[in-house]
Amino acid sequence: MSDIPKELLYTKTHEWVDNSGDGTATVGVTDHAQSSLGDLVFVELPEVGDKFSAGDVVAVVESVKAASDIYAPVAGEVAEVNEELEDAPERVNEDAFGQGWLFKLTLDDESGLSDLLDASAYQAVVEDEEH
Amino acid sequence: MAQRTPLYAEHVALDAKLVDFAGWDMPIDYGSQITEHKAVRDNAGMFDVSHMAVVDIHGAQARAFLRRLLANDIAKADEIGKAIYTCLLNTRGGVIDDLIVYHLADDHYRAVINAATTEKDLAWLTSQARDYDVTVEHRTDLATIAVQGPRARELAGQILDPKLAEQALKIKPFRAVVDGDISVGRTGYTGEDGFEIVLPGEDAPQFWRDLHAAGVAPVGLGARDTLRLEAGLNLYGQDMDEDCTPLESGLGWTVAFKPTDRDFIGRESLEHLREQGVAQKLVGLVLEGRGVMRTGAVVRAGGSQDDDPANAEGAVTSGSFAPTLGRSIALARVPSDWGDSVEINIRNKWQPARVVGYPFVRNGESRIDP
Repeated sequence: MSDIPKELLYTKTHEWVDNSGDGTATVGVTDHAQSSLGDLVFVELPEVGDKFSAGDVVAVVESVKAASDIYAPVAGEVAEVNEELEDAPERVNEDAFGQGWLFKLTLDDESGLSDLLDASAYQAVVEDEEH
Repeated sequence: MAQRTPLYAEHVALDAKLVDFAGWDMPIDYGSQITEHKAVRDNAGMFDVSHMAVVDIHGAQARAFLRRLLANDIAKADEIGKAIYTCLLNTRGGVIDDLIVYHLADDHYRAVINAATTEKDLAWLTSQARDYDVTVEHRTDLATIAVQGPRARELAGQILDPKLAEQALKIKPFRAVVDGDISVGRTGYTGEDGFEIVLPGEDAPQFWRDLHAAGVAPVGLGARDTLRLEAGLNLYGQDMDEDCTPLESGLGWTVAFKPTDRDFIGRESLEHLREQGVAQKLVGLVLEGRGVMRTGAVVRAGGSQDDDPANAEGAVTSGSFAPTLGRSIALARVPSDWGDSVEINIRNKWQPARVVGYPFVRNGESRIDP
């Protein structure tokens, strides 16, 4: 069973969101997602300053097996991207909830966060897929 | 329920990710496909390939039967211990399967065929064997373990029975030695040196565990696919099938047109095709930029202005990321008159790729210019 930290928020499409509380949030893919994808070989990240609505394709992670779109969990502007992933996409496999973060968003407003899943609701999504 | 090899419990114990492959529960990886791929390139890895069928052909007319049946000429393996790689063709020259045939003893040959094609191959062999004094026997009692990599022979040699090991370590590539129900061939599907070892299913788990203890890494079918693609080896069902001939699949070198009086199945069709000219060819591709060429992606000639993917005349038959090269490579079927520059449709964008000779990697070294 994949690890699902309690303090994070989640989407049905397997992104995680760490709300910093200062109007920004860090986004990555879950451990379950990296495990299903297999070894990542490329990560295509947005540019700082790009603006997205919730549900827009923001990034692409590509594994040996398949390419997968990453969606904006909430509306916002890209404040920072994890440039280290350019040369080390395997960080996502090794530490999906930590060093494998993808990008940080400046949130349009915090209300969008209430649409996200908590850890137990996301756990149910994962279990649904596994059965 | 899917079939299981004698090594199924070993895969479960090693926490493998299991998938259905041609009706078999097989390990796709044991955690990391890239780590497994590199273990084979740098050291030694082992694969459970017991889903592939071992078929023994015995009888006074076994040689005559195989000279009729196979596109390559088994007469090249008249010396006991030699093996050939060959296609099995239908009368139209289409590829029913590709296989390795070992000459193990007088009147005894052993074919190793693909899992997905086992039933149709056996039906074809049995029907073609009617006119010959031969028996065709599917050896479901045997398991096959491939040990591949620069240290594969040395490490496998420590596990095999000492007398068999001594013989096995002396054989040249594409040869085999046999001792009762154990055969050891210096063959493989990775572009590295190594052995393919056929042994009784009941002995396979202990042999597997001993190899693991000796430092041989378990490797899943995921890495097997990237290893064989880097080595430029065709995969049946992707790079060739019954709708195309060896001449359109980069396998013309495996068809023995000489001697001219050997009447193998499919010969007439292939000769006709050769005279007419072969319209398509299989080429190696290296993607110039980032991204991954995937199997099924369409290919157009370099400089083409036709952006509609439906009009593209070429297609990737096998594409992936090549861990040894750190970039994407592919085999693609394209019109014979195309040059060295093509474009491939990746996620609705046309990306430049270069046509290169393959293998892309041999014995751990890149053969592609940067």
